[in-house]
Amino acid sequence: MATDTLTNHDAHAHDGHEHHDAGAMKVFGFWIYLMSDLVIFGSLFATFGVLGTATAGGPTSQEIFELPFVLVETFLLLVSSFTFGLAVLAQNAGDRGAVLKWLAVTFLLGFGFVAMEVYEFHHLIAQGHGPDRSAFLSAFFTLVGTHGLHVTFGLIWIATMFIQISRRGLDSVTKPRMLCLSLFWHFLDIVWICVFSFVYLFGAM
Amino acid sequence: MSDIHTSHDGASHGSYKSYFIGLIISIVLTLIAFGVVMTGGFSVPVMMVTVVVTAIAQVLVQLVLFMHLNTKAEGGWNFIAIVFTVGILGLIIGGSLWIMHNIHVNMMLN
Repeated sequence: MATDTLTNHDAHAHDGHEHHDAGAMKVFGFWIYLMSDLVIFGSLFATFGVLGTATAGGPTSQEIFELPFVLVETFLLLVSSFTFGLAVLAQNAGDRGAVLKWLAVTFLLGFGFVAMEVYEFHHLIAQGHGPDRSAFLSAFFTLVGTHGLHVTFGLIWIATMFIQISRRGLDSVTKPRMLCLSLFWHFLDIVWICVFSFVYLFGAM
Repeated sequence: MSDIHTSHDGASHGSYKSYFIGLIISIVLTLIAFGVVMTGGFSVPVMMVTVVVTAIAQVLVQLVLFMHLNTKAEGGWNFIAIVFTVGILGLIIGGSLWIMHNIHVNMMLN
């Protein structure tokens, strides 16, 4: 059986299988949640796909998208996905200090991403290109804003895990939570791949 | 006994190497997608195909190398769940675009 994977690097053998199986079920349940979240994003992508050209005389996507800006956002999120992977590796190795370090780095990169997105939204709204301008901009703000809101909640979760791990250490409670958060964070980067490809790059053609 | 790479939870494992390879491939695919659009020297169909292919490739790379999705973890249920979800996405996105395009054409809005 492969039931020792969550605890096999852990010196605390007393965690036992009961805790372990509960942890694995948590992670699996979280995976199912992510799949339902994917359907939400799919619906928003479908909405954007239908309304993307409905500009109502307002600005088109070619006029308002700045690809170099989006490329920087993309790299912030991509590298943060990688550094979260390093946090999980540090957890597998039982190195609490390294977990905290990589969580902090991931937080800063994610925060940079959200800050850039807030700036972009503020810039658009200040120019009169807010979500009330056209169906295209409504769909754009809803889709990209929903993703940005997810990243924001991910940041809150990272900060929470940072405090929990620095207080409790890596145990049978914090480790499954870290694995769920890692899935959440990688998932957000995967959704962002679709956002920059089908919203920004398609919109700029 | 367990093989570390076909882990029970389907999420906890990987190696520095797999994350690093995933990062490098993702960077390359991202640069190809942005490059082909930003240089402006390509026709729209070429840009579209390139962006779609690099996006699908990058999603698969990150699913496998970052999220460690495989067909065996959790008795295959992780995998079945995402296959089912992708089917639903196909219906929602493909169906929406198809029916709205059809309505648009029949309303003769162009």
